[in-house]
Formats: sequence, structure tokens, C-alpha cells
Amino acid sequence: MIRFEVNGKATAVEGVADDTPLLWVLRDTLGLPGTKYGCGVAQCGACTVHLNGAPTRSCQLPISALEGAKITTIEGLAGADGSLSAVQAAWMEIDVPQCGYCQAGQIMSATALLKQIPKPTDADIDTHMAGNICRCGTYPRIRKAIHSAAAKLAGGAA
Amino acid sequence: MSADPYEQLLTDTLDVTRQSLRVNRRRFIQMAGIAGTLTIGVRVVHAGEGQEGVASAAQLNAYIRIAPDDTITLVAKNPDMGQGTRTSLPMMLAEELDVDFQRVKIEQALANATLYGRQTAGGSTSTPSNWDLLRRAGATARYVLLSAAAQQWSVPREQLTTDNGVVLHAASNRRATYGSLAGFAARQTLPDDKALKLKDRKDWKLLGKPQPHIDNLAVVTGKPIYGIDQTLPGMLFAVYEKCPAFAGKPVSANFEEVKALPGVKDCFIIEGSTDFLAWARAGAQPGVAIVADSTWNAISARKRLKVQWDESQASKDSWSAARKQAYAMATQPATVTEPIKSSGNVDAALAGAAKKITSTYGFAHVSHAQLEPMNATAWVRDGKIELWAPTQAPDIGLPLVATALGIEPTAVTLNITRIGGGFGRRLANDYLVEAALIAKKIGVPVKLQWTREDDMAHDFYRAAGFHAFTGALTKEGRIAAWQDHVISFSLDGKNAVQAGSIGPNEQIGMLLPNYRATQSFLPARMPFGPWRAPGSNVAAFATQSFLHELAVAGKRDHVELLLEVLGEPRWLDPGKGNSLNTDRAAAVIRKAAELGGWGRKLPMGQGLGIAFYFSHQGHFANLAHVSVDAKKRLTIHRVVVVGDVGPVLNPSGAEQQCVGSVIDGVSAMLGQKITVENGRVLETNFHQYPLLRMDKAPKNIELHFIQSDYSPTGCGEPALPPLAPAITNAIFAATGHRIRTLPISEEGFSI
Repeated sequence: MIRFEVNGKATAVEGVADDTPLLWVLRDTLGLPGTKYGCGVAQCGACTVHLNGAPTRSCQLPISALEGAKITTIEGLAGADGSLSAVQAAWMEIDVPQCGYCQAGQIMSATALLKQIPKPTDADIDTHMAGNICRCGTYPRIRKAIHSAAAKLAGGAA
Repeated sequence: MSADPYEQLLTDTLDVTRQSLRVNRRRFIQMAGIAGTLTIGVRVVHAGEGQEGVASAAQLNAYIRIAPDDTITLVAKNPDMGQGTRTSLPMMLAEELDVDFQRVKIEQALANATLYGRQTAGGSTSTPSNWDLLRRAGATARYVLLSAAAQQWSVPREQLTTDNGVVLHAASNRRATYGSLAGFAARQTLPDDKALKLKDRKDWKLLGKPQPHIDNLAVVTGKPIYGIDQTLPGMLFAVYEKCPAFAGKPVSANFEEVKALPGVKDCFIIEGSTDFLAWARAGAQPGVAIVADSTWNAISARKRLKVQWDESQASKDSWSAARKQAYAMATQPATVTEPIKSSGNVDAALAGAAKKITSTYGFAHVSHAQLEPMNATAWVRDGKIELWAPTQAPDIGLPLVATALGIEPTAVTLNITRIGGGFGRRLANDYLVEAALIAKKIGVPVKLQWTREDDMAHDFYRAAGFHAFTGALTKEGRIAAWQDHVISFSLDGKNAVQAGSIGPNEQIGMLLPNYRATQSFLPARMPFGPWRAPGSNVAAFATQSFLHELAVAGKRDHVELLLEVLGEPRWLDPGKGNSLNTDRAAAVIRKAAELGGWGRKLPMGQGLGIAFYFSHQGHFANLAHVSVDAKKRLTIHRVVVVGDVGPVLNPSGAEQQCVGSVIDGVSAMLGQKITVENGRVLETNFHQYPLLRMDKAPKNIELHFIQSDYSPTGCGEPALPPLAPAITNAIFAATGHRIRTLPISEEGFSI
């Protein structure tokens, strides 16, 4: 049995193969399908979650390595009252999604970026977001939404 | 009827645009009232049926439902793959109905060709084909609500107005919500179709203003809205292995060994069919299914699966050999004697030309690589099947499933889920049929999940092809003749594969006095299908690059030559949406040139390029400003996109589609290539098939619409075709190097 925390909730997983990637545990076992399967080889970023706060490709994370870990998924970003995080709100405000399939991963990467660099430059965004593919080409709006979220977060802190 | 279902889709759209509905199937707006709810829909009446007769709510496709509690439900009839139709189609209803778009509920229609007619999302047709229909449905609902209020208050309906779901009588200061009138409205007489007045564009409250996508909240919070997210009680998980070589068949496999692996419930062969000649009718290809209790157990078991394949009838296609053959054919006369199109006297014009230019262009096969891999969830019980699937073409998929299972189409319920990217891939419904056959065998709900590797190995690819041009110039630098020898793949030796030939209505050469397009075929045995702006996306690269070559050879300004070729302002086939309008074309070209600073001097190593293309009823000019360094590394400083699709209905969605088209266009032209050798695809995943990433995507894309008064058309595709030639023409301006191959990585270029 693996015990870890998912979106602040103590979680125990039993009866899945040790090498099962976290991605499929989230999707098939824990009923959290917001994290997406795109390539299975850490190329596209659709499966990005936070592992102890760091953006990580869940398709490459075997469940057996997660004892005691803290995982945050797209479902865990909003507050208990449903209030959206600054990044989610910016995504809504800028109307970022097209097909939307990659956006959970994009939002997880962007959230991690803003934690690390509260006021990222375009170059910072390029570096930190290059691991997430968007086939529809929403990159310009993602960039805009990240800047917008950064400004809101800075305003809130002041 | 066209042989190609994609062409048929485009043709059907024109029928609706012109309102000359097909004679054997007519549509009438009807209504029904049940328990005080007003239901407005469009009833498709088939030949032999009368128009009369009251529709039951079940017969109506119910685009609008107004309940007594003022819950207003609008139905989105077409699938949404990111092109925004779940937002834009209900906007059409809401505009005429006059309701608060933030308060309406949007419901996805089931697949039902009898009720909804065509529900395929493709060819940028969702907007033009629904424009009249949905506005009329909205206006009809509003009309009977007004009739109900007029009767209840005994006032002339002319004195009534509406405002966001409320009927108002100003003189007596009375108001009634739509919900309170719904039951009575359902008993009113429907308006005469001709008497129904639709709003003037200047009176729009909703259309023409940016609306965010209705699914955004679900997307940013990770709600289960995609096909891949579907779950059912007791559901099992399937993977499906096909022969790496196209059209190979399984003979046997180590079934018992696989069945003994953890979580595996079953492992079996599906006979399927190797017929992928008609991509739209392609069902399950032969393969071996593994059904397990989790996706991972199914994927893990598959690593131990050993299949003995029969490759006697399998593809032996070789891209390297075909490419070599194509360049040899380019110097020879076309093998098909009948030209695709011919006008004037090309031979005489070539003989008398002051200058003759020959040039051959080529482009590789590409894959769709939409981010959500193919999947479908199916449940067979009591001789019926229910499916949940991300398909672009539910009306094509549903009968295919019925045929495969040997049941009536009425025994198939197909739920249209949100689609994680389509780009044409999901116009084919092979994965639905696979899921259906697996579900039939297993008897419990099952989700079929393709891996990314399956996706890349078994796509319906955009076909590679070649254009061998000969152009003739007068001594003034006018184009005297244009010959285009199109070399495309053919599965049957008689017809080009899907989008392998050139679109008949979009060739610049047809505007010239002497024009000839001929064709030769290369044999192929692999699946091909539509890829965003099918045909146009590659024909634009070849023809608009060659036009620039002629401009350079004739020492002409490219924009000036483009405008000269367009000639007098005219609509070639007036009233037809798929016919080029040279007036609109010239306007977008001039605007792009103006916004992009055409003609200005740039530093060494920089260049401007422009290209125009007309496709999918949209006129678009793209202008690119690039620089290229000594290592052939490209920087795209700026892309200007100017389009005319008539009035822009949702500016936010339209911008997404056009900017997305530019990024998709750059992505595809840069390094995407599917290599087939010995009948199998060599690329397996994104590390070998690069999609453009944030750091390489052009940062400066400017979009300008010329919002003409022509009927509105779609934005999913037409901005893409002129992108590649705008970039390669700019590269020529910067370096003097003429790119004649896609992807441009083949000629050593990168970003």
C-alpha cells in the first residue's frame, strides 16, 4: 500500500502494480481525470502535476516511489469554495483554451513558474513553459495569461 | 455526389448557404409544447413526408427549450474540437432569441442524422452551414413568444419588444419572462418562413463581440469533459495492437500467456478490414485487443504480447523510393492524359515566351498529432450499443458502428464528447468501430485507449505530393502561361488520394489566360485523410512560392504581380461561397502589404514575404518578416494575417483560430514529416515528430479582419495555407535561397 497526499487529502492506493505511473493512478484509480495522457514519454507535458511543489511529468512517476509524497493536480488548484487560483482565473479572463486538452498541464507548469519567479520575463516563460506542447497554438494567450496572473498576484501581495 | 466525403461536406455547405436545400430532404422549423416548455427545433422532413403534421418533441431536434422556470437551454449540435462551435453556434440562436448568453444552459446534441442533419465538424463549415438555420430557429422562438404576449395582453405584437429573456410592452409598462409565456407560446402559429425577419447586423447585441468559450471553467478545473475522461460502472480498459505495416493481419498471438498477466481479462483477435481506401468509411483495421482492469495493466500486458502477422498483403510503401520516383516523373509528361484543368494554349505561350522558368516543389506526409490520443468508450447490451467518443463526424461514425455490429442505426446511441484536438483526424471513425467490436466481445463497458505510438503509426495521414511547374513570362514580366504537373499518390491508380490533387476553385493559375494542370500518380498502400485545410495547406505552399519565383524572374514586385493576376474585381461564380472573389482577395493582399510595411528596406539577412490563398470560403493574405543567420536559423519577427470571412461572429474565437493556424502552420512546415519504409511509419512519438513549443513559436502575430457584408464563414482553416509560402518567400528575400521542400528542415533550416 502506498500512502501519499493528493490535493491535501490523505490517500492510500492498494492493488496497483508498483510500476503504474501516477498518471494512470490518478485517472483510473482515484477518479481524477483532469491530468491528461498525451505521449507517455515526458515529451508533451499534458500530465504535469506538482510533486512536493515541483512541476513533474506524472506519466514517468511510478506509484511505488510516492510514499509520503504531496501531489497537487489540476483538480486541487481551486479553493474549497470553488474560488479559482490566480492562474486559472487568468486563463478564463484571457480565454486561453482552444481544444483545452493540454491546458491542465500548462496551468500546472504556469502555477509552478509563478511560485518560483513571481514576475517572469518572456524569456522565463519560454524556458519554463517549453515542456508543454499545445497543438492548437494557444501560446500567445498563455503568455498573456501568465503575465496577467503575475500582475494580479503582485497586486494582492502589496 | 462527390466521391470524396470531405468534398461532399463542402458542397453540402454551399447548398445551405444558398438556401437551395436539397430536394430530397427539407428542413422546417417546428415547435412542440410539453409540460409548459416551449421547444423549438428544426425538423428534417424526408422525401414523401408532408410538411404538415405536428412534430412531437422526440421528432424535433430541439435547438431551444424554454422551461416555465425560465431555464433556457440551447443545443450545440456539432462537436467541438477547439474550434469553438459549442460557443458560436448557440450564440446564433441566442442573438435572435434575445436572451442573456451568460444565463443560458448549453447542451450537447446526441449524434442523430435524422434530427440534426449533418453534424460533422470539418471544412470550416459549421458557421456557414448553420448560419441561417440557427438564427431562424432563434427568431421563430422569439416570434411565438411575442405572439403569446400579444394575445394575453390584447395588444398588437408590433408594440412589443424583448430584452434578454423578457417580453416588454412599454405603453402599459407590462413585462413577462419567456418562461412564463412558454406554455402558451407553444400553442401559437408559427411564422411564415418568408415573413420571419432576422436582425440587421447593426442591431446585434451578442454576435460580433468576444465571447469566451463556454467550456473554459470545466477546462481550467479539470472536469471530465473529453472522450478519454469517460467512465462507466464496471468499465474495463482496452488497448489494441495493429500490424506495424499497413494492412497486415494477425494470424495468432500468445493469448494464454497474455491472459495470465496481472489484471488482464481477455485477449483476442479482431478480424476487421484492411480497406482504408475510402478513409471516411474505414472501420476497424485488423488487430489484437487486450482488455484489462486498468489502462496501465493493459499497456503493460501489451509489452508481452507477441503477434504473428500475415504481411503477405501488407503495404511495402517506401517514402525514399517514392520521392525518387516523383522527381524522375517531374521531368516527364504527365501519366494521366486528361488534364485536371486546361484553358488557353499553354504550349504556344510557352514556345513564344521571353523567359521560361521550371521548378519542382515537394512536401512530405504529415500526421495530425492531435494531443488527445484516439479513444472511445462503448457498452453493448440488449442488442444495442451506447458510445462516448471524441469524433468530428458522428453522423459518419454512427452508421459505421451499426454496420460493424450488424444492428440498425437506431440501436446506436452516440454521445459526442469534447474533442482534444481534431485537425481532420477524427473525421475517420476507425477507433469507434474498434471500441464497438471489443465491447461486443467483452459484454461490459469498455474504454479503448490508443497510445501516442498507435496514433502516429495508424493515422490517416496528409498525403505527400509534388508540383512540377513551368511558367512563361512576357518581356514585360507578365505571366503568359502556367503549367502545373501535380504528382500525387493514388491507392487505386485512378484517383488521387484524399487532398492529393488540387482544389478546383482555388488555383491562381485559373485566372491566367493560358493555364494547364495535369497529373501523375505514385502508387501507395496506406491510409490518407483530411488534415487542416486539406489540399490547400500544401497547394498554397507550392503555387504561392512559384508565383513569387515568377515575380523575381520577371523583376516584378510580388504584390503588384499578385494583384495583376487577380485582375478586375469580380466574383468568379457569383453567390457561391467556394468561389474566389478577386475584389476580396485584392483587399486582403493590399491590407497585409500596408500593415506589414511592404516595400521597405530591411537590413541584410532579413526579408519580407507575402502569400495569398483562398480556401474554405475565406480570403487570407499572410505577410512574414524573418531573419536568417549563417547557420540557416530562422527568426520570425512578425506575421501579419489579414482575412475576410464576412462578419466575425465571435472575435475571440476567430482570433484563436487564425493565430492558432499560424502557429500550426509554422509547426508543420518546420520539421514535421512522416517517413514510411517497408509499409510502416518510422516516427513513433513527439521526440521524432516535433510540435512547435512556446519558446520557438512566433511571438508577434497580428490579425486584421476585413469585415465585409458577405455571409459569415469559418475560421478553422483558411488562415493556414498562406502561412508556409509567406515564410519561405520571406526566407528567399532574406537569403536568396528558394525553399522547395516541406518540411524546411529537409533543406537545413531550423528555428
